[in-house]
Amino acid sequence: MTAVIVTEKLSKRFGDLVAVRDLSLRVDKGEIFGVLGPNGAGKSTTIRMLCGILDPTSGKGTVVGYDIAKEPERIKERIGYMTQRFSLYEDLTVYENLEFYAGIYGIPRRDRRARLDEVIATAGLGDRRKQLAGTLSGGWKQRVALAAATIHRPPLIFLDEPTAGVDPVTRRTFWDEIHRLASAGTTVLVTTHYMDEAERCHRLAFIFAGRLLDEGRPDEVIARRKLVALEIEVDDPDHVREALRARPDIESVEPYGHALRVVGRDVDLEAIVRQIVTPKRIAPAHPSVEDAFVSMVRAEG
Amino acid sequence: MMKALGRIAVVARKELRQVRRDRLTIGMMVMLPLIQLMLFGYAIDTDVRHMPTVVVDADGTPAARDLVRRLEATGFYDVTERVGGYGQIADAFRSGQARVGVVIPRGYSAALVTHHPAEFQLVIDGSDAQTVASAEAGAQAVTEGLAALRRAGVDPISMNISIWYNPDLRTAVYVVPGLVGVILTMTLVMFTAMGIARERERGTLEQLIVSPVRSVELVIGKIVPYIAIGYVQMTLILTAGMLGFRVPFAGSPLTLYALASLFIAANLSLGLFFSTLAKTQQQAMQMSFFFFLPQILLSGFIFPFEGMPAPAQALGHILPLTHFNRIIRGIVLKGSTVADLAPEIGALAMITGVLVLLSSLRFRKKLG
Repeated sequence: MTAVIVTEKLSKRFGDLVAVRDLSLRVDKGEIFGVLGPNGAGKSTTIRMLCGILDPTSGKGTVVGYDIAKEPERIKERIGYMTQRFSLYEDLTVYENLEFYAGIYGIPRRDRRARLDEVIATAGLGDRRKQLAGTLSGGWKQRVALAAATIHRPPLIFLDEPTAGVDPVTRRTFWDEIHRLASAGTTVLVTTHYMDEAERCHRLAFIFAGRLLDEGRPDEVIARRKLVALEIEVDDPDHVREALRARPDIESVEPYGHALRVVGRDVDLEAIVRQIVTPKRIAPAHPSVEDAFVSMVRAEG
Repeated sequence: MMKALGRIAVVARKELRQVRRDRLTIGMMVMLPLIQLMLFGYAIDTDVRHMPTVVVDADGTPAARDLVRRLEATGFYDVTERVGGYGQIADAFRSGQARVGVVIPRGYSAALVTHHPAEFQLVIDGSDAQTVASAEAGAQAVTEGLAALRRAGVDPISMNISIWYNPDLRTAVYVVPGLVGVILTMTLVMFTAMGIARERERGTLEQLIVSPVRSVELVIGKIVPYIAIGYVQMTLILTAGMLGFRVPFAGSPLTLYALASLFIAANLSLGLFFSTLAKTQQQAMQMSFFFFLPQILLSGFIFPFEGMPAPAQALGHILPLTHFNRIIRGIVLKGSTVADLAPEIGALAMITGVLVLLSSLRFRKKLG
């Protein structure tokens, strides 16, 4: 496997604040790499350093084969970048927006038209090429934004919360497209707050307070936390929830419809539950990426 | 290098497309100069002519009527009514029907005959300072004329005033060239500041920062269309001024257009500077207006520079519009050459240099 992103003890300080601390990562070609972490954990700072628009305070890194501190201009030509805000010019048409980015990324004039037709066909934007971007719905804007970010066929794309505020159907279509890009060899680094999306990634990195807590395939990360989960139904869920939450060996208790979802770490969960209450129903559940995430953040206090 | 030029062209083309699509902006760019031209050219005339005047003629002699005719002939006074006394003059002032009253006392013509000092009185509505100055000036001329006539044969001392470049003292002649600078300031500072603030506000600036386009390419690409628009506006104002207000063009248009580039650069830099301070388009607009007002007031566009107190003059000297006004009035009205205007050009170049330096340093820091 060829590495597309490699960082070694990458750090960024803003005055006294350490935004990113000793971050060492490796992302391989064709991988969908998810970066998870609460707001302010250092995700955006990390992406900004990897894009070559923010100099690291210490440490080093290469992106698509170029040094992030020394060759940012080379990197910028070879990456795609898309944020939740779908940075389109609302007063330009879909075609004009794409044409603009094709020009900015230096697609030669003679190839431009063919490439534009191609991305418009791929994104299914044929009927809307003359529509003003400002009049598109959120889902369509997102498609145009992705088409714009990939117009120069970058080997690596950064997606910063690309699906925030988009409906579930559109999100699925979007993730299909992401997987299609990855199968074709594009590397994708994505940040998200949606845990179902995190589980669609090949590998994940958990970042908290600027530090890397864990990294690996979703199932690996969950397994390493040694999490067990149960779904229980009880008569007095409010009371039971409080009682379970008071126990230090319980990771989390969350209402789940009529049931409660209880997560523990490396414990006999059923025994603990039965000490407190005799549930009407008890069933094993799958610990999720979200459980792992909450558990890690909890452990960090 | 070719790549950089290509990217600049792409940005400029996008910018033009956006301008073209925005009817309001286009309207402002074309209508603003024309409306201002109408306002300043027609409505605002600092020499107040045709002031409605009432006359109290207590003398009732041919000599008194001759005086009234002479006053009317100056063009400053339009006699609307003959009234009986001061009370009626006051009534006319209060209702706005008159601004000037002429009172010719009984015995006016008798005094003329007996070589006693002959007196008449001018009553002026002082609520508008401009009226006072014009009313005084007109009557002064008439009185001096009459006095000279009476001394005829005794070698009268006469004063001959000769006004060059704008002999009719038409306001339009000096307002129109000044207006070019005012319009350019307004358009260029505001549109540059707002253009970048808009990219920031919409998040497209963030997208551009991670793209291969360099900040200097982005700035040039965004600015080039506005330079062109600035020149179009300048041509529009001068042409309309020449056709509509008979403003002469004494000097070399080429010199003017070349020197205008300095002024345009100064304004674009200022716009750029504001854009680094403003987070939203609205802030950018407010800053532009905040800067616009002192420029209009202190640059000598409306108030004569020489009449301003020293601190105001000092402030006026650091404003690009002050120097550009002198340059454009010099070239358009007096046919001044580059050599004639060297000190003004030097000052403008220095201001422009400082502004370009400041804004590019700040812009680079803010983007990078």
